[in-house]
Amino acid sequence: MNTAHAINTKTNEHGQYLSFALGTDEYAIKILRVQEILSICPITALPQTPPHVRGVMNLRGAVVPVIDMRGALGLATEPYGKFTVIIVLSVRGRTVGFVVDSVSDVLSFEEGAIERSPDLGGRVDASLVSGIARTQDRFVVLLDTDRVVGADVPGLAA
Amino acid sequence: MSDIQIDMDGLLDTFFEEAEEHLAAFENGLLELEDNPGNRDVVARIFRAAHSIKGASGTFGLTDVTRFTHALETVLDRVRSGDLAYSRELAQVFLPSVDVLRALMRAAREGSAAPAEAASIRVELEKFFVGSASAAPHADAKAAAPVSASREVRVHFVPKLEFMSRGMDPLAMVRDLADVGEIVSREIDASKVPELSCLDPEQMHLSFWIGLKTEKTDKEIAEVFAFVDDLCTFEIVAKVEAAPVVVKEAAPEVHEHAPAEKTAAAAADHGGGAKAAAPAATIRVSTDKVDKLLDLVSEIVIAQAMIVDASRASGQDAETRLNEALGSLDRHTRELQERVMSIRMVPLASVFGRLPRMVRDLAATVGKKVRLVVEGETTEIDKSMVEQLSDPLTHLVRNAVDHGLEFPEDRIKKGKPEEGVVRIRAFHQGGNVIIEVSDDGKGLDTAVIRAKAERLGIVTPDAVLTNDQIHDFIFSAGFSTAAKVTDVSGRGVGMDVVKRNVEALKGSLSLSTELGTGTAMRLRLPLTLAIVDGLAVRVGAQTFVVPLLSVLESFRPGPSQVRGVLGSGEVIDMRGTSVPIVRLHELMNEPNAERDPSRALLCIVEANGQSLALLVDDVIGQAQFVVKSLEVNYRKVPSLMGATILGDGRVAMIVDVQSLARHTGRGADASFSASEAA
Amino acid sequence: MSKLVLVVDDSLVIRKMVCQTLVKLGFETCEAADGMAGLEAAKGKELALVITDYNMPRMNGLEFIKELRTVDGHKFTPVVFLTTEMEETLRNEARAAGATAWVVKPFQPEKIISVVQKIAA
Repeated sequence: MNTAHAINTKTNEHGQYLSFALGTDEYAIKILRVQEILSICPITALPQTPPHVRGVMNLRGAVVPVIDMRGALGLATEPYGKFTVIIVLSVRGRTVGFVVDSVSDVLSFEEGAIERSPDLGGRVDASLVSGIARTQDRFVVLLDTDRVVGADVPGLAA
Repeated sequence: MSDIQIDMDGLLDTFFEEAEEHLAAFENGLLELEDNPGNRDVVARIFRAAHSIKGASGTFGLTDVTRFTHALETVLDRVRSGDLAYSRELAQVFLPSVDVLRALMRAAREGSAAPAEAASIRVELEKFFVGSASAAPHADAKAAAPVSASREVRVHFVPKLEFMSRGMDPLAMVRDLADVGEIVSREIDASKVPELSCLDPEQMHLSFWIGLKTEKTDKEIAEVFAFVDDLCTFEIVAKVEAAPVVVKEAAPEVHEHAPAEKTAAAAADHGGGAKAAAPAATIRVSTDKVDKLLDLVSEIVIAQAMIVDASRASGQDAETRLNEALGSLDRHTRELQERVMSIRMVPLASVFGRLPRMVRDLAATVGKKVRLVVEGETTEIDKSMVEQLSDPLTHLVRNAVDHGLEFPEDRIKKGKPEEGVVRIRAFHQGGNVIIEVSDDGKGLDTAVIRAKAERLGIVTPDAVLTNDQIHDFIFSAGFSTAAKVTDVSGRGVGMDVVKRNVEALKGSLSLSTELGTGTAMRLRLPLTLAIVDGLAVRVGAQTFVVPLLSVLESFRPGPSQVRGVLGSGEVIDMRGTSVPIVRLHELMNEPNAERDPSRALLCIVEANGQSLALLVDDVIGQAQFVVKSLEVNYRKVPSLMGATILGDGRVAMIVDVQSLARHTGRGADASFSASEAA
Repeated sequence: MSKLVLVVDDSLVIRKMVCQTLVKLGFETCEAADGMAGLEAAKGKELALVITDYNMPRMNGLEFIKELRTVDGHKFTPVVFLTTEMEETLRNEARAAGATAWVVKPFQPEKIISVVQKIAA
């Protein structure tokens, strides 16, 4: 059984992002795509799949793939910790889970605060990034959710 | 008495559903009779079908339908009793009757007028009646109402000894007499009752004298005894010479018909009323499925009670109990969902139903000899797909007959049997339903297709293509290489439309062909729900499911039975053959599995005529597993048929034996090509 | 305590109609789709009445009535036989088999009511 934290979808979701951490870096994805957040649960491995595709999990009777966000972005993997969670995304009728180190906050960015086509210095696959936002004291990398999911799940690339 | 109202309207839907089934049985029976006119079982069957429709339609006052089916029934009765042979002539009338009957029912349903052909076909049918008088159901004239004043009679009712042998209560006679008049006196004659010691309680020894004041005629009083007139004698004696009683002797005893006319007339108005709205869609469900659902609901109620119970508990195992209870609820609700989904699954037979008739008609029209073979009609698909599948399937079959098969003379010249075979085969494979439509006709000429494709500009002359790719061109718009055959309503049909229809169902269409031998079209459709009988096996810490259909046997091999073969892995020698071994732990990257076959088990499976030995730690048991497609949220994974959720909530993989078989022997590195993963 | 009636007919719509009528009259009903199922249903039950069709698969109405009369407790159970004018000659056979009364098809609910009140009141 999983403990689920439902996302509050009542407020205006446009321009709202869910931010999460991978190591010391902060990333964010549009809240619209986020279905729920789960704590780590049993994952059954799939054969013949890339290593960052961890396998599948049972989400209330549905078989949902679980992908390491680190691996999806081309970063090195880390062992799971106390705060590691799965962000469940719903993209074009498909449900996919991504493992992240921890979830931070729900943030709103104004268009002016977002820099599109930034220079990321080759750390992250640039095609997956939709921009960088500046908030208070830090930068948040905004991800193009459809592309991130589409990299592993066929038929979704924009 | 008649203040009891039955909702006849509500029953109409059921009537039409049932009638449709009888009609289908009638039609199929007729087709069988074509090949086998002497078959008495088939004749009895179609008689019963017509008879059932007639009986039920009469109840609802659908006189057009009743009249027509009555004619069918009358002729069929003659055939049934051997009076009339099922001739060519008869067939010419019966086959169109099916369409007429269908149209009549549609008219009844919609409240529109009966089709014109109904009358003319009925006249044709009547030609086969005995003599000229049509035995149409007509209500005989009601017995003329007698004019009689109130009079007093004495009814002497003498039951025979065996009066009660049919379950009739003698006092019922007395009660009924009370209905036709006023009982003024009763006398029981017990003189014939024997001594208690030799009394047989099942025999009737009493007789009755009932004095009755009534306005009814003797005839009407006699009706009270209608059911038992062979079990008793009765006399109606006029007590007093009263005013002249004029009793008209009416038509012969039509006791049961008289009320029927009245009610039929009333019902005719009722039946003629507009039934314009389309009937609500319904599903017939086997009581078995419903019973299982009810069982599940009980389990859910129990699980819920367990949760309430556990939530009140305290102490160390409170949390465990709550988790167990929640787990149980989770499992059962999931199963409930799946079972309800399975109610929507109907056998393909409902889609295949019209095909035999269509093939027969088409073959006759184009002048070919065709035999249709249908296999796997019990394979189930979701009800919602049935409607959309009918058209593409029909087109494929028509294509096979019209374009695939050669004319009888040409077939003989090629050394083939005169009669061409169109075979429809349906089965489950993985998370899909496969329907194959194949013919043993002339096959596709790759060169001709290529030439046409070039002519149409779809491909350049220098492009390098595989045969499969060339064959795929026939699915391009406007491609058809022969004159299109128009279907029943006169529209032309192209393979591109068929492919589009199939893709709209999220399916795929592919073909294989051999020039001179035949063509096979393969429809692959996803299943909303598939249940597979499987063998659960353990490999390391993981559980896998192997479809039971593929499993031959499992055993622990001796160390000497397993040997390595240079260049192609390991094999196990059994009964004279060597079967390749597939190390599931390697394939599935399971590090903790048993690697020594003589300490593990080999599960021998078979697919496509090839055998494999799967190395597993242990066999856990057999069960039914719901196949969850990996393609819904992810994609097809080679070597896997899908996933399933075990009782404890874990996901387990279901092995695709066919896929494994295809790749064994291609080297120890069982890597799968990109096309496999597509 | 409600009286129980067994309705045997292979037509679902006829069964439904008859049962609905019986229920309105205050009876309880049980059903079977052919003679063999009818025998199974009748065993061990106390029936106020049995209503059966003639033309049914597996075992027709006549055979059913004959067999029913040999079953414990049903020697004297009233049986109503549903017949069509096609089957007039059957009525005598029905009597011989042990049918108590008959109703001719097509019939309206009223017909069932009058027959039932006659023999199973």
